Amino acid sequence: MPYAVELLNITKRFARTVANDEVTLKVQSGTIHALVGENGAGKTTLMETLYGLYQPDAGIIRIHEKEVSIKSPHDSIRNGIGMVHQHFMLVGPMTVLENIVLGAETTRYSLLDLKKTTAEISELGGRFSLTVPLNEKVENVGVGIQQRVEILKAIYRKADILVLDEPTAVLTPQESTQLFRILSELKDEGKTIVLITHKLSEVMAISDHVSVMRRGKIVGEVETASTSPEELAEMMVGRRILLRVEKNDRKAGDPVLSINNLSYIDKRGVNILNNVSLEVASGEILGIAGVEGNGQSQLVECITGLLKPTTGSMSVDGIQIAGLTPKEVFARGLAHVPEDRIKRGLVVEMDVAENLILGLHMQKEFGTGLAMNLKAIEENARFLITKYDIRPMNPDALARGLSGGNQQKVIIARELSRNAQVIVASQPTRGVDIGGIEFIHRTLVEARDAGKAILMISADLNEILSLSDRIAIMYGGQIVKIFPNNKVKESELGLYMTGSKRGSSQKASDG
Amino acid sequence: MISQIFSLAFLAQTIRITVPYSLASLGGVYSERGGVVNIALEGIILNGAFCATVGTYYTGSPWFGLLCGIAGGLLVAAIHAVISIHVKADQIISGIALNLFAVGITKFVLQILFQSSSNSPRIAGLPYIKLAFLKDQPDVEHLLGNPLVLLTVLIVIASHFIIFKTRFGLRLRSVGENPEAADTVGISVTLYRYYGVLISGVLAGLAGAWLAFDQHSFTDGMSAGRGYIALAAMIVGKWNPLGAAAACLLFGFAESLQIQLQGGSLPTQFIQMIPYLATIIVLAGFIGKSAAPGADGIPYEKEK
Repeated sequence: MPYAVELLNITKRFARTVANDEVTLKVQSGTIHALVGENGAGKTTLMETLYGLYQPDAGIIRIHEKEVSIKSPHDSIRNGIGMVHQHFMLVGPMTVLENIVLGAETTRYSLLDLKKTTAEISELGGRFSLTVPLNEKVENVGVGIQQRVEILKAIYRKADILVLDEPTAVLTPQESTQLFRILSELKDEGKTIVLITHKLSEVMAISDHVSVMRRGKIVGEVETASTSPEELAEMMVGRRILLRVEKNDRKAGDPVLSINNLSYIDKRGVNILNNVSLEVASGEILGIAGVEGNGQSQLVECITGLLKPTTGSMSVDGIQIAGLTPKEVFARGLAHVPEDRIKRGLVVEMDVAENLILGLHMQKEFGTGLAMNLKAIEENARFLITKYDIRPMNPDALARGLSGGNQQKVIIARELSRNAQVIVASQPTRGVDIGGIEFIHRTLVEARDAGKAILMISADLNEILSLSDRIAIMYGGQIVKIFPNNKVKESELGLYMTGSKRGSSQKASDG
Repeated sequence: MISQIFSLAFLAQTIRITVPYSLASLGGVYSERGGVVNIALEGIILNGAFCATVGTYYTGSPWFGLLCGIAGGLLVAAIHAVISIHVKADQIISGIALNLFAVGITKFVLQILFQSSSNSPRIAGLPYIKLAFLKDQPDVEHLLGNPLVLLTVLIVIASHFIIFKTRFGLRLRSVGENPEAADTVGISVTLYRYYGVLISGVLAGLAGAWLAFDQHSFTDGMSAGRGYIALAAMIVGKWNPLGAAAACLLFGFAESLQIQLQGGSLPTQFIQMIPYLATIIVLAGFIGKSAAPGADGIPYEKEK
């Protein structure tokens, strides 16, 4: 089969680092080619070079077996390349239609010919089951739709080579399934697709070939049919990786965190949380599964004192915490790994040592009165950096410069060093690479084995299934069902998550 | 008394004040829709007025003066564009610097050319279109017959279509809202931002020319804060051409009301508050949240 894309010996350097080191990647026409690797392996840089956002320092790009010069996205679009970026490149206040035609407008009497364009896009949308509300503003539609807009944008420009960068990172399992169906249809129409991802189950499910990148180099290329997730993970990380979490059965102790009939009504009067009741016992991980936006974030914010619940009560070890400030809640034995590490977990302009004592800075060991005990802060940092394997191993490094996985480790190190009874962990491994995920999962299981009560919220069903002792499903601001983990199938969880099935009672039995 | 206040002369007064506001305010719309904050409007107006005066004085042709006014506005806008878009400096600082610079340079050249630090000699105004039905009110006729009034109305309406219905407008808005998105579909962020700022130079330069012809001379600092009022109108009008023009009309109305009411029984100080009171009430009470373009004031860095 002929090649649609050939990247030959591409080298791209940034100030001090080599992002792509003589990378050669060949993609056969009409196939789905997965490009996998850990964060920072150079996958995105390679594809953005193909798309003309970067100029390679050396190397040749061939499209459909002809050498081309790609100096800007304009050139790559002309060569039939389309790219769906990880962070969508959409203009929020403009309509879906305007976003699709932007840069490739049709005009009539020098005005935009939206009528003709609407017809064209509707036809395209129908052909690939990419239905989108054309006259809605992009900022008012969900991420799943926004992604379709991005794909339509590329197809509308007649792209026959489509690059997608981590397309499922923001999608629910249902949306991901839909996306894969669309990608298969595009492939059937003869389009070539390059899929950047680090989720190996996706690679196995949809791709024809896989290339693995590590530290700026291609370390392997295989046919999907002849490989396994374990083999790919080993290539990605450079050592054997446990994709399963090793976890012993363990008898849970007494309830530590209890939530009773918690409700939250927001400023607009919308009922976000509706009589939520939960108990998390010492020595167990309770996983909350659910499609994002069903009240999980607000539940966590109510527990941690960031929001004031409208009604209901909560206690840690019998002590009431409802309505207290975050500082007071933490003083009563709670730790919090927030879902958005940049916004809530870290101060990225401060260094690692400082981030490791955020919220602990009032403790006597780190300072009294006006003076901080810099030595104690640094010692604390060195201890935690070693214990949690945070790279670079430098307390003075700015948090901004760390990879997502290492930023997350800083937060987990800090929160576990509180030695709290209850740990609330929201999306603990979002955007973290495989090596980091393994480490964070192991750490959480160790904390559970040490008798902590862990409430984990995750949009990643695999994570929920592999870590939780019990699984609670949230839908429409309610806990619709609680299962013991060993008695549930993924498909059944999905039915509850989408609201097509509901539990018989609020306080579902523990099995 | 009401009929005395709301006379034809009152209407003319309102329009006289509104025209330069509207032109400058539209300039602001183009610049900021493209993502460049243009506080320099004030300086652009002043330099436009000065160049229009000089051009008219030396050639005797107000039409040539008009072109000079536009060129003078363009010049200041071009400096602002280079500083904001190429050098990626802080746009507010650049704007303030240019405003101060315009005050100094116009005064300086005024001194050299006309040996006066306060005003230029008298210049001719633009010829007006004769309006038969206003024959007995020459002041009003001169004003309503001024081709710039008609031009302003046309520019306002055309701008609405240009910004919201054309390819150019779509691209201009995209570089102001999300330059990265524009860049990834092959639109030159730099080019469109230059267009936006340069158009603001043309329009605010015209506003300056209007002031010069209206007073038949240049006086020191004659822009008198109009650039800032135009920016406020742009915000009240939510960065829309029609909205900005409507806000300017409101300001013009309030200001001419203030002029009309002076000498009456109300205390002058109270009357002078009217335009500003109107601004605050409109901003707080009727407009609601006014959101600037997403990347307004933020230089675009290509390789992060």
